[in-house]
Amino acid sequence: MPNVATDTVFKALADPTRRAIFERLTRDGQLTVHALTARAGVSQPMVSKHLSALKRARLVRHRRDGRETHYSVHPEALAPLMDWMTQYGAFWRDRLARLENLLDRMD
Amino acid sequence: MATGEIRTLVIEKEFAHPPEKVWRALTQGALIKEWLMDNDFQPVVGHKFSFRATPVGTWSGVIESQVLVVEPNQKLSYSWGTLGVDTAVTWTLAATRTGTLLRMEQSGFGPEQDANYKGAKYGWTKFIGNMERVVGDLQ
Repeated sequence: MPNVATDTVFKALADPTRRAIFERLTRDGQLTVHALTARAGVSQPMVSKHLSALKRARLVRHRRDGRETHYSVHPEALAPLMDWMTQYGAFWRDRLARLENLLDRMD
Repeated sequence: MATGEIRTLVIEKEFAHPPEKVWRALTQGALIKEWLMDNDFQPVVGHKFSFRATPVGTWSGVIESQVLVVEPNQKLSYSWGTLGVDTAVTWTLAATRTGTLLRMEQSGFGPEQDANYKGAKYGWTKFIGNMERVVGDLQ
């Protein structure tokens, strides 16, 4: 099902370096570009470029504090992804099959 | 991308069992655990409870919920909040000649809807937006 929000999120997370940055922010909370660069294995301009892509997908947000910019994960970031997974319906399909099985066993 | 985008998942399944029986499976904690997840559900509007699944990675496996609607043998609704995303799950039961048509509707809420959603008023009319419907091929 075509959906702009889902496309943007998937594209943003398709790049392994970008995904690593996103995962790092998910784990560590708020980080500066410097802190992210120290572990990313790519140059600071590249990290900044990836952060811009993540911001466009609304996966991360930033807060300026003096000369430093702090990046963190947007709480609703994965909503389109969750929707997508939900629409695949695997979860509810599985649970409703279990419900049927239970009903057959109930009095 | 609309930030307040709302999407709804609808799955329908027919069971060869009467609505009263399906209702029991939907509202008795021990039975819910058998097909859905461990829980401390009570069929009382306003009751806050949680579903507990096996934690996966950084996900705690906990789904925070509150009972929104209880209409015995007809309709049950509760909020479903996890990973910072709040949705509502609504079950509607309709008697058929051979049993029950069960409809599961899960509505996703964007940040703008959050305030409304957490407010005292629960009204579907508020949730206008880019609604998409998917009916699962469960039969």
